[in-house]
Amino acid sequence: MSVYTLGKTFRHGVHPREHKEQTEHVAVERMPFVQRYTLPLRQHLGAPCQPVVKAGDQVIRGQVVANPGGFVSMMLHSPVTGQISAIAPRRFPNGEMVESIEIDADPYATQQFSSLPPIEWEELPLDEFIKHVQKAGLVGMGGAAFPTHVKYKLPEGKRCQRLVVNGCECEPYLTCDHRLMVEDAALVVRGTHIIAKKLGADSATIGVEMNKPDAVIALNEVIRQGEYENISVVPLRVKYPQGAEKMLIKALFDEEVPAGKLPLDLNIVVNNVGTMAGIAEYFDLQKPFVERLVTVAGPGVERPSNLMVPIGTPVRDILQHCGLSRETRQVVMGGPMMGQPLASLDVPMLKGTSGLLAFTEEGVQHPTEYACVRCGQCLEACHSFLNPSRLARLARAERWDELEDNFLMDCVECGACTYTCPSNVPIVHLIRAAKMALREQKAPKS
Amino acid sequence: MMRDPRLLVQSAPFLRRGITTPRLMMDVVLGLLPVVLAAIYFFGISAIAVLVATTAGAVSTEWIFSSKEKRGESLLDGSAILTGIILGLCLPPGIALWMAFLGGAVGIGLGKLAFGGLGQNIFNPALIGRAFLQAAFPTSITTWSEHGTITEFFTARPSNFALPLMQAPEAAVDAVSTATPLAYIKFGGEAAPLNNLLLGNTAGSLGETCALLIIICGVILAIRRTFDWRIPVSILLTVAVFSTLMWLINREYPSPQYMLLSGGLLFGAVYMATDPVTSPLAPRGAWLFGIGIGVLVVLIRLWGGLPEGVMYAILLMNAATPLIERITQPRAFGRTLRGEAIV
Repeated sequence: MSVYTLGKTFRHGVHPREHKEQTEHVAVERMPFVQRYTLPLRQHLGAPCQPVVKAGDQVIRGQVVANPGGFVSMMLHSPVTGQISAIAPRRFPNGEMVESIEIDADPYATQQFSSLPPIEWEELPLDEFIKHVQKAGLVGMGGAAFPTHVKYKLPEGKRCQRLVVNGCECEPYLTCDHRLMVEDAALVVRGTHIIAKKLGADSATIGVEMNKPDAVIALNEVIRQGEYENISVVPLRVKYPQGAEKMLIKALFDEEVPAGKLPLDLNIVVNNVGTMAGIAEYFDLQKPFVERLVTVAGPGVERPSNLMVPIGTPVRDILQHCGLSRETRQVVMGGPMMGQPLASLDVPMLKGTSGLLAFTEEGVQHPTEYACVRCGQCLEACHSFLNPSRLARLARAERWDELEDNFLMDCVECGACTYTCPSNVPIVHLIRAAKMALREQKAPKS
Repeated sequence: MMRDPRLLVQSAPFLRRGITTPRLMMDVVLGLLPVVLAAIYFFGISAIAVLVATTAGAVSTEWIFSSKEKRGESLLDGSAILTGIILGLCLPPGIALWMAFLGGAVGIGLGKLAFGGLGQNIFNPALIGRAFLQAAFPTSITTWSEHGTITEFFTARPSNFALPLMQAPEAAVDAVSTATPLAYIKFGGEAAPLNNLLLGNTAGSLGETCALLIIICGVILAIRRTFDWRIPVSILLTVAVFSTLMWLINREYPSPQYMLLSGGLLFGAVYMATDPVTSPLAPRGAWLFGIGIGVLVVLIRLWGGLPEGVMYAILLMNAATPLIERITQPRAFGRTLRGEAIV
């Protein structure tokens, strides 16, 4: 009996080695301020932000530097006190050039954040509350960086009956959510309480995988002391990808979100623990989203750490702070299952960056591809019950219509199939390419 | 300023389980090893000679017909070796070695490479090899010799050395030939005791005689998840149920224990029907596939012209696999079986 066999979970999935031992018990430290910060205007899903400053302007830490470019967009704040040096295209982690605000930190500033009085959120009507969340600059902290306030805009006829808080952190190596729950359990619970109350949820459930028992204890302690009656913590079996929101809902309530629909169709709203802490900090201290926790780990890192990093800090500075080994051959932004490989270290960390991983030659995969022998392991890994082997074959053959008939678009690209494939077929890569080709095909011709 | 490491850009995921297809193939080869050793114990040096001949036929064909660049890869993936061993194990010990070699060559050539190599073939290559031998040399392949005793270990069967297109020495064949338990039943005569079937003290193909060993190896491979346990389980259950039914109707038919333990049923169910390339992927498909084989085996054994039906039963269901796949796709998450989003 172990954390792999006990507790609620979803069907299928994989058990990659966790590799969390490097940082799971390392207390959070603060990343020192560096010289220059870069804030891409489009680092979230949705419309790009509109800058409200120009080159040469002085800004202070927490000051608004860009407004939302639409409803599905949020404010950007300066992570440091300093001067805007440029608003120009800068290298983005995926290699593209993206319009960005570049800020030079003032080396003589204290960079102290002075908190303001709490916001009377209980008095606010929901629409005003949502505007505040948008002003806070919060996005989903799990990686996709979907603006948080959009989730609270409940469509006609829907209500948030259950609030789900995602503390799974199922990606190997990553431990920043874990440390947050252990060290700042009060913030997580406070934020959960605010959102549950404001959305009128009957209950709030924090799902935590069983490999983080100290987090479960810390959260329960806060809940007990604060007498939060409708908030509970549910320990879950350790399995990837439990942090995918539809899987978390399946694990907690044994309910399936219909294909192509959102959790809201089951009257559920899902948020990350990091987002909940951000909500608490904003409404209690008026502190906007200017910094976040990042796990820096992997065999190429000499001092694996959990760091509180100002948004926009160059990856190079973060890795050098933790001691980047000369043997490093691969740097990944995010987790090892779904992360973004970096071609250059001169890119900024973003609001959605949960980890920076450095791999040396030993940890780098050089998989030899063999013929698919139809062993069926990918079917047993796929939590969406798709047929990844067939999707990969159809994608190679460019048979687009059949790909759609086999529910290509239901794939969340978790990579479990590719992780498990004994023939090393790059299944999820083929799926991503096929999705892109299909989208291009369907886009109206200009 | 620190020098930049040369960064490798790949596509996620950056972790792999580390179990590869050649390792899966070697797992099956290891799972076959006890059966191979038993064959050598029961049939002596003839067993070794036949197994070497079939494997040599399979591997050399793979080597000749694969491109220079792919050659190492396709040999190292272990599938040709596996085909050779499995084919060898379902041949009689007295078969001429040149026939055994030819069987391996045809199995790989027509059964696998003609379709485009590993993963593309419709039929189990070892069974294609055997079916070819059955059609080309019906006498040789149904001439069963008694297993030897240890003292005769090094005495090869003379028929092993028959030359191509020449008759084996008459006397030698006569002296050692006997009928298999299934043939006894079909063509009249007394049945071999069940104990002998379990332990392997009976006439038959090299790897088919010792039921107990096959069951043990099969269970181990199934636990290691080397193959889909549903396939052998559904085959054996179907044969058990179907033959019990027939036996209850008419006691002339062989008893269900007999049906399960004799002939190539266990060997076929464990090592041949489970070939992932030629069997359905999805769990429901695996059940359907196994049930189909079970029904065909009983039909052929009880009413067909041949004493043994496992080979054709598996080949027929191999052919039906794409059809089975079509109707047994898994139900996608958040959808009904018909593919519409649930409400």
